Amino acid sequence: MLSFLIRRLLQTVPTVLAVVLLVFVLFSVVPGSIVSSMSDDSDPQVELRMKKQLGLDEPLYVRFGAYIAKLATGDFGTSFRTREPVTTMIAKRAWPTLQLIFAAMAFAILIGVPLGFIAALRPGGIVDTIAMVVAVSGLSIAKFWLGLVLMHLFALKLGWLPSFGYGDGGLKYLLLPAVTLGVSPMALFARTTRAAVLEIMTADFVRTARSKGMSETRVVKWHVMRNALVIILTTIGLQFGGLMGQAVVVEKLFSWPGIGSLLVDSVLQRDIPAVQGSILVVVLAFLAINLLVDVLYGVIDPRIRYA
Amino acid sequence: MFRMIAIVAGVGLALAGTAEAQTPRKGGTIRMTAPYGSSFTSLDIHTTQRAQDEIYAKALHRSLYIWNSAEGKPVLELAKEDVVSGGGLVHTFKLRDDAYFHNGRKMTADDIIWSYNRIMDGAKAYPGARYVRVIEGAAAVEKGQAKEISGLRKIDDLTIEMKLTEKVDPGFYFFTALTSIYPADEGAKESYIQHPIGLGPFKFVEHVPGSRIVLERWDRFYKPGKPYADKVIVSIMAEAAARDVAFRNKEIDTSVLGPAQYVAYQSDAALKGTIVEVAEVFTRYMGMNPSFKPFSDKRVRQAINYAIDTDLIINKLVKGKAYRATSWLPLTSPAYDKAMKPYPYDPAKAKQLLTEAGYPSGFEFEWTTSPNESWGLPIVSAVIPMLDKVGIKAKVKQVETAVLAEVVRTGDYQAFIYSQASGPDPLSALKCFHSSTPQPACNYMNFRNADFDKIVDQAGQVDDGAKRAELLQKANALLYEEAPVWFFNYNKAVMAVQPWLKGIQLNATELTHQNVEDLWVDETSPAK
Repeated sequence: MLSFLIRRLLQTVPTVLAVVLLVFVLFSVVPGSIVSSMSDDSDPQVELRMKKQLGLDEPLYVRFGAYIAKLATGDFGTSFRTREPVTTMIAKRAWPTLQLIFAAMAFAILIGVPLGFIAALRPGGIVDTIAMVVAVSGLSIAKFWLGLVLMHLFALKLGWLPSFGYGDGGLKYLLLPAVTLGVSPMALFARTTRAAVLEIMTADFVRTARSKGMSETRVVKWHVMRNALVIILTTIGLQFGGLMGQAVVVEKLFSWPGIGSLLVDSVLQRDIPAVQGSILVVVLAFLAINLLVDVLYGVIDPRIRYA
Repeated sequence: MFRMIAIVAGVGLALAGTAEAQTPRKGGTIRMTAPYGSSFTSLDIHTTQRAQDEIYAKALHRSLYIWNSAEGKPVLELAKEDVVSGGGLVHTFKLRDDAYFHNGRKMTADDIIWSYNRIMDGAKAYPGARYVRVIEGAAAVEKGQAKEISGLRKIDDLTIEMKLTEKVDPGFYFFTALTSIYPADEGAKESYIQHPIGLGPFKFVEHVPGSRIVLERWDRFYKPGKPYADKVIVSIMAEAAARDVAFRNKEIDTSVLGPAQYVAYQSDAALKGTIVEVAEVFTRYMGMNPSFKPFSDKRVRQAINYAIDTDLIINKLVKGKAYRATSWLPLTSPAYDKAMKPYPYDPAKAKQLLTEAGYPSGFEFEWTTSPNESWGLPIVSAVIPMLDKVGIKAKVKQVETAVLAEVVRTGDYQAFIYSQASGPDPLSALKCFHSSTPQPACNYMNFRNADFDKIVDQAGQVDDGAKRAELLQKANALLYEEAPVWFFNYNKAVMAVQPWLKGIQLNATELTHQNVEDLWVDETSPAK
């Protein structure tokens, strides 16, 4: 297990380096620069000085090397815009983003997975039909539109919840953005769970269990659920990473102070260290969650060994 | 990107006027919105020129001057008196003796000198340097040739002498938050950026990045009885639709409206009365590159102005949320000529001018645009068929707004559509077309006209305000004739204001920039 973990951690190094390099190269070729977004000063000397101060007068490979060296010490650099350390900026926003993603995931798992199970147990029935309508709708609805509808309904019409903001970070502020973000993965989990359960229900070992006289409840609990969980867990792991990216729209809509809105503004203003840091955090979170999922495979299904 | 620098507006509803008649109520919370992005750039206001950041800075900081919306000009704020000598180049400011920073220390001349020297730190390239550069010796500090600005001299703790490089009104240079006065001792500390200290009517409490800034009343603010409110919350709300819900739900007190919402609010009886509008000092236009052969001919440039049905675009596409531009100077400019009429829509005249210029069959050009809804791609798309009618084919090149800013500064275009500050100082605005102004500064069309230069130079020398305005009107008329651009519109800034928020100022430099100490909320505000 330990050697598996070490090996997996080492495997993340080239992935992270590739992402860092890619962002570096992309930002060096796209038009527009931090200098023009920070100052509309006419003096070319000012522009040159600004470039020098930000280290943008160095060749790309020099900047990349310097960045990697800093990164190795845990230093993400200093934001061009705010002149704050990027780690400080990210630290301020990491908790709200995690709150949002975990709440959205909790909503998606708690609704989506049982919905898929119930639907699969009575395929073609009324519950199945309703569940699949919900699932298809959830996958199709644009988050921006859904968020506005929820705001209208729960804030404007019913007056139950605030329409925007972080407030004290409490549940009443978290609910609407979390549901908005969680509807799409909820729908996906419902569909995935239904498909996985339906497939496993027709598997040989399930038929064998039934033929041995095992009750349907025990069959579902001990054979179907555990086997389906491996597939569901994979989907959950992938969605976790995906939500980090999707949170951008929701954070902006609800004025939620997360990494997503930091990333958007940093991209628009060509704040390379902040973009680099934000993307790096998203990638690291994605890799960490996938690593966790791999570990959980073995817990759920002892047949899976960490070879 | 587009810092709102300009002169006062006159157009608006009577909302502010009626509010002044009531007795301001003490207490309550003002809930403003910052609509121009998903975050504030920095809590160090010297580093950021975004209009978004100045919204909170108006509560937290103070500069030597302040914009007075009612008078339509900058007025002294941190000084009680300005004595002008040395042929208009030397200003001796007698500073207030009752201005205290939020750490309790009294402001002195040292703080002003320290702040301006900081802004001129060439290694940091603070955007406010373009204003402070007007002080003699400031440029030398920027270039690293001097340690301190020679044109700034402390006479005593509360008197400062400022020697300028040209005869200008320093008010136009030192009223924005870019030149805010910091406490010399605190401003130098690393921690300042996390907990800024200013001279404004409200002191810093909390910043939740990407969500809000909270400020509370500074009891030692120098204006007696002000500020009225206990607290100011500035929420970052970049999405217009979300602002709309929050405004209708009474969760915010102000909301900037786009064209679609402007129409919706006007047609809603419950919301119509909340609208406040002002002509901001921004001119939207299509710039034409004179080095592209067809555009080097004045008749072609005039033909384009005749060929476009500008009123139709403003009414139908911009939903009336703009004022028709006649020439460069906007409606609220003191040098605006009310008698001047815009180019009429006259395709036959356009065709005739094109024929005279040697383009009877028209020509083709590339038009660089951003996606902006008010002065970008949608406008270009509407104009293309109009130009096509007179034989001119336009090929669209779409770029990001940040890229467009670079394109116009470098001159790498045949034509572009843009929004540019055309105030508040009409002289500075017209100087952008002076031959001596480099293209990257603001002479984006690389305009060269000896007659124009002469008039603007004369205007810069005269002391008589009326004579100066007359000369500036003449220069503006010459621009109309030369038509270096298609004169599209002047921005109409529109904001919805809840009925319980009083004292809103029709600030033509940027409507969201409010002198917060003058705002107050009555007892009907849901935020007690």
